[in-house]
Amino acid sequence: MSAITAEQVAHLANLARIDLSPEEITNLTIDLGQIVDSVAKVQEVATADVPATSHPMPLTNVFREDVVVPSLSVEQALSGAPARAGDKFRVPAILDEE
Amino acid sequence: MTELIRLTAAELSSRLQAGTVSAVEATQAHLDQIVAVDTDLHAFLHVAADAALATAARIDARRAAGEKLGPLAGVPIAIKDVLTTLDMPTTAGSKILEGWVPPYDATVVARLRAADLIPLGKTNMDEFAMGSSTEHSAYGVTRNPWDRDRIPGGSGGGSAAAVASFQAPLALGSDTGGSIRQPAAVTGSVGVKPTYGAVSRYGAIALASSLDQVGPVSRTVFDAALLHDVIGGHDPLDSTSLTDAWPSMAAAATAGLADGALKGVRVGVIKELSGSGFQAGVTQRFTETLALLTAAGAEITEVSAPNFEYAVAAYYLILPAEASSNLARFDSVRFGIRVDPAEGSLTSEHVMAATREAGFGPEVKRRIILGTYALSTGYYDAYYGSAQKVRTLIQRDFAAAFEKVDILVSPSAPTTAFKFGEKLEDPMAMYRSDITTIPANLAGVPGMSIPIGLAPEDGLPVGLQIMAPARADARLYTYGAAIEQLLEATWGHTMLDQAPALALATTAKGAI
Repeated sequence: MSAITAEQVAHLANLARIDLSPEEITNLTIDLGQIVDSVAKVQEVATADVPATSHPMPLTNVFREDVVVPSLSVEQALSGAPARAGDKFRVPAILDEE
Repeated sequence: MTELIRLTAAELSSRLQAGTVSAVEATQAHLDQIVAVDTDLHAFLHVAADAALATAARIDARRAAGEKLGPLAGVPIAIKDVLTTLDMPTTAGSKILEGWVPPYDATVVARLRAADLIPLGKTNMDEFAMGSSTEHSAYGVTRNPWDRDRIPGGSGGGSAAAVASFQAPLALGSDTGGSIRQPAAVTGSVGVKPTYGAVSRYGAIALASSLDQVGPVSRTVFDAALLHDVIGGHDPLDSTSLTDAWPSMAAAATAGLADGALKGVRVGVIKELSGSGFQAGVTQRFTETLALLTAAGAEITEVSAPNFEYAVAAYYLILPAEASSNLARFDSVRFGIRVDPAEGSLTSEHVMAATREAGFGPEVKRRIILGTYALSTGYYDAYYGSAQKVRTLIQRDFAAAFEKVDILVSPSAPTTAFKFGEKLEDPMAMYRSDITTIPANLAGVPGMSIPIGLAPEDGLPVGLQIMAPARADARLYTYGAAIEQLLEATWGHTMLDQAPALALATTAKGAI
């Protein structure tokens, strides 16, 4: 058993920046335990001599010419922002006051 | 007007070129069908009726002026809501992007417009393409046109249902673990996942970047090929896009219609994708199709892919890992909604966490947390690292198989369309419904699903999956078209000839 705990789920949710209700944490703890038990079978065949594959069609050195091409205007870039201040994205405070 | 919606894209294109039908008429006929059936089916999240008719009128005017237009000019198309569109909202089925109108078109959408296809609207999907049933859309389910109580597959249930219910002759989908092929299978339509990198991902909202691939959804193999030719090819805006010169997929499909196209073709049946866990009627139609192939001169061999057994496990580590990083972009700053926390200070961190709590559905949260776990210190090697090794083993299985055969086949999905709610409470059961389609994504090889009949026990469509080596997409179209022709000759009609009656009558079930 992988034994995922509610504390672990709460910690992961904090790392992933998702607030979760106590009920969600309870449900996710059960779900995650089952899923992790199931997917852990990859370890049966993943022996040391097998190289890892991160990409199905490996490409290297994908470059483009160093020339200026059209890009989004300020208005376009800000068009979907939930809040703006002039020509900038308006963001909440970065640091807590405490 | 009803007749227009039953035409294939190729037939409609011929009439448009001959001038016997206008693009406005064709567009209006499909918009009328959307009004008639989509309140119930809910394949579309957004319908751009006015824009579609205006585009159609411009195309008609250009054609009337003698301009030479492309083969699909004036043909309507539905677009999966995972693809960004300048003039239509793009939500990827998520509340977090509700109402977002992107400032750019996905490359595939730009190519549709350049080829003068007519975007009808955006289709429903599981939130961020996470699901196999479209039940995880934040905007409600899409119903299967063959049986309203059943799922249309997922994540691209909206695109598949739209073509299967004659609301559009063509649609775009995206396939990360089967999201084009499985919906095609359960709705009796055709869907293709191209080779990884064959079609641009620029403007496709990323789920798992090493697995995602955009592809065509249609009612015939030839129509899918025509669409593939429009959207495929190198795109400098996608750094994983292949620079290959591709052959015409439409020409490849046409080649499959020649007499003897299947003679001597080496067809591999994957031992691990059959047997227990597969519905009896699915196995029966699959076996009958193999017999037809043998009679047509194909050589059927059983091949073993021993590591496919580990594909679902590897996939549900790699996908959540990549998704957890891709979805970090939903930070309540640049696009999407912003929700302030009910209590505590209004820092960026707290606002982001409150926004993601409110904006993401349960499956998205589940996979982000799972991905965060798989990537965290102390677990990385055991889970994510091991899954990447399995990926190598699965690629080796494919390589070994393709040394012996030209194409591989399997049922496209282990069952026909299941009922709403059947797998919603058991994530692993839902995940296992992708057992047939996931290996192709892990290896990057192309795959296609075509309809091969109805399962006798429930009268619902069954799909055949055909897979080819990476870059051999043309082979799918040649043999897919050949098998489609063979089956239709046996039946005396197309599979979806029966669908409209089924869509309009709730109980009638045809037998094939």
